[in-house]
Amino acid sequence: MTTYAIRRILQTIPILFIISILLFFLVRSAPGGPLTSARRNPNVTKEQIEAIEEKLGLNDPLPVQYGRWIGDMLKGNLGQSIKFHRPVNDMIAERIPNTLTLVGASFLLTLIVAIPIGMLSARKPYSVFDYAMTTVTFIGQSIPVYWLGLGLIVIFYVLLKNPVTDVPFFPVGGMNTRGKEGDPLDTLWHLVLPVTALSLGWIAWYSRFLRSSMMDVLHEDYVRTAKAKGASSNSVYYKHALQNAILPLVTLIALDLPSLFAGALFVETIFSWPGMGRLFWDAAKGRDYPVLLGVVMITAVLIIFCNILADLAYGWLDPRVKYE
Amino acid sequence: MARVILRRFFKHKLAGIAIAVLALLILASAFAFTTPYSPTNQEPTNSFQKSNADHWFGTDELGRDVFTRILYGGRVSLTVGLFSTFLSIALGVLVGALSGYFGGWIDSVLMRITDAFLTFPTIFVLIILGAFLREQQVPWLKNSVLIVIIIIAALSWMWPARLVRGLFLVLREREFVTASRALGGSSARIIIQHILPNCIGPIVVSGTLQMASAIITESGLSYLGFGVQPPTPTWGSILATAQNQVFRAPWIAFYPGLMIFITVMAINYIGDGLRDAFDPYVVHAEK
Repeated sequence: MTTYAIRRILQTIPILFIISILLFFLVRSAPGGPLTSARRNPNVTKEQIEAIEEKLGLNDPLPVQYGRWIGDMLKGNLGQSIKFHRPVNDMIAERIPNTLTLVGASFLLTLIVAIPIGMLSARKPYSVFDYAMTTVTFIGQSIPVYWLGLGLIVIFYVLLKNPVTDVPFFPVGGMNTRGKEGDPLDTLWHLVLPVTALSLGWIAWYSRFLRSSMMDVLHEDYVRTAKAKGASSNSVYYKHALQNAILPLVTLIALDLPSLFAGALFVETIFSWPGMGRLFWDAAKGRDYPVLLGVVMITAVLIIFCNILADLAYGWLDPRVKYE
Repeated sequence: MARVILRRFFKHKLAGIAIAVLALLILASAFAFTTPYSPTNQEPTNSFQKSNADHWFGTDELGRDVFTRILYGGRVSLTVGLFSTFLSIALGVLVGALSGYFGGWIDSVLMRITDAFLTFPTIFVLIILGAFLREQQVPWLKNSVLIVIIIIAALSWMWPARLVRGLFLVLREREFVTASRALGGSSARIIIQHILPNCIGPIVVSGTLQMASAIITESGLSYLGFGVQPPTPTWGSILATAQNQVFRAPWIAFYPGLMIFITVMAINYIGDGLRDAFDPYVVHAEK
């Protein structure tokens, strides 16, 4: 299993290289660089701009610049933000925990809600509950996350307020109330709306998936065998069937990780959540490409890492799987 | 066969309704010019009206009729959805067919590339592409609708590619393929005339999923400011401007999102109906 993990990690290296080359040349070949506004500024002389370009190495041929960038990156240095004059490493490092909090909390909520729904739907298929849930999940899958987020803001911040104090029910910006930085309860309160917005689509998708996975498994031989041996229907259902139905979910989650991060980008933008998505959005508006490239590469590494983890988890959960 | 599929499709009542809804949306945005208002003309004295008989969905901060803007926005969303789906399916079928039929090193190379794209946080790349392609000095790339169609297709062909590869892996071992090869059929002939027609069902179903997600992606991209550029109205950009006015006029945010939601839901139900219609087991049971 260790050799398998090592091989998987080695396989991802060419992937990361392809990604980095494509992105670097794309971003750097665009004419509207970070110095566009400086060029338009009449107070900045041509000599000053040339001096900045020289200092940042923007005049070297692109392959040389790429070589320098990838060399630095391999040493763990993502460069310097052009807009904030801060190391990209620091900027990303302070955002990662916030994104992971948001994504982690949504993921947890998704599993807590989706697994029971999927299970109960498959327990009594074509019942009223099943039909209701099928409809709800269809709706949940069709709602765009940005509209849902905006809707939650309108309902729980603009329209509904505490009748006594006239304070909105939930905060909609940032991670903490001013003066309460680092208070976990306050952060939890700030998490409610963003996590709801991010989770609904996933709850719909996973409960539907688990339902159909359960329905498939219930026709398997080992389920029939367990029934024939006189196991109670609950035991067959929750022990034999559920254990096997949940397995494919692990692979699915690994495949869905990029989309989960994409959803987080929208939610962070809407709710001013200080995570990597918000950082990326700001950097894209300001054409701050060291930050852009840094965030994409870190996210790609993070996703590939989680994928390998999911593969290994699958093998641990299902002893039938052998790593070649 | 086609008749059987059509009959089965319309047995799925919600899918039938969904087709009608989608047709209505397409017609309404095609005939958007019949409303008495312009989607871009500003009438600042007329801003922030709630919905009334003259302005069904009210007016926005610049006094533009929201209903008219939404109809015109529908043109963009539906166009992008349709064409990026065609493009991504075409690319995906090409990659999947080559990969699944020939196997070997072709398969390894193509699937490595597919994996690279799959593990990728697509929205990040979409934003980078959206932001930087527009600044290139290439005249035909000035059209932001075209850019959005191309970049959505370029980052979504992997799912149809995997699907088609899987189907080809199974079908290439079947007797009719061996027979055709024994009769001297060329690879191209076997792929196009013998294997591909057997993949139509799953491809069409995955096409509906692609279209739904393309519409959500386009709107999201425009919402973030990196998609289709103003003054062209799109559902995403209307939603973005509505967000800035959410305290003064929360109702404006409601309509564009509702349109995205209805469209995506209709397409999803059509996909559901098509899945039932193409399911070979159901067809056999009926015979």
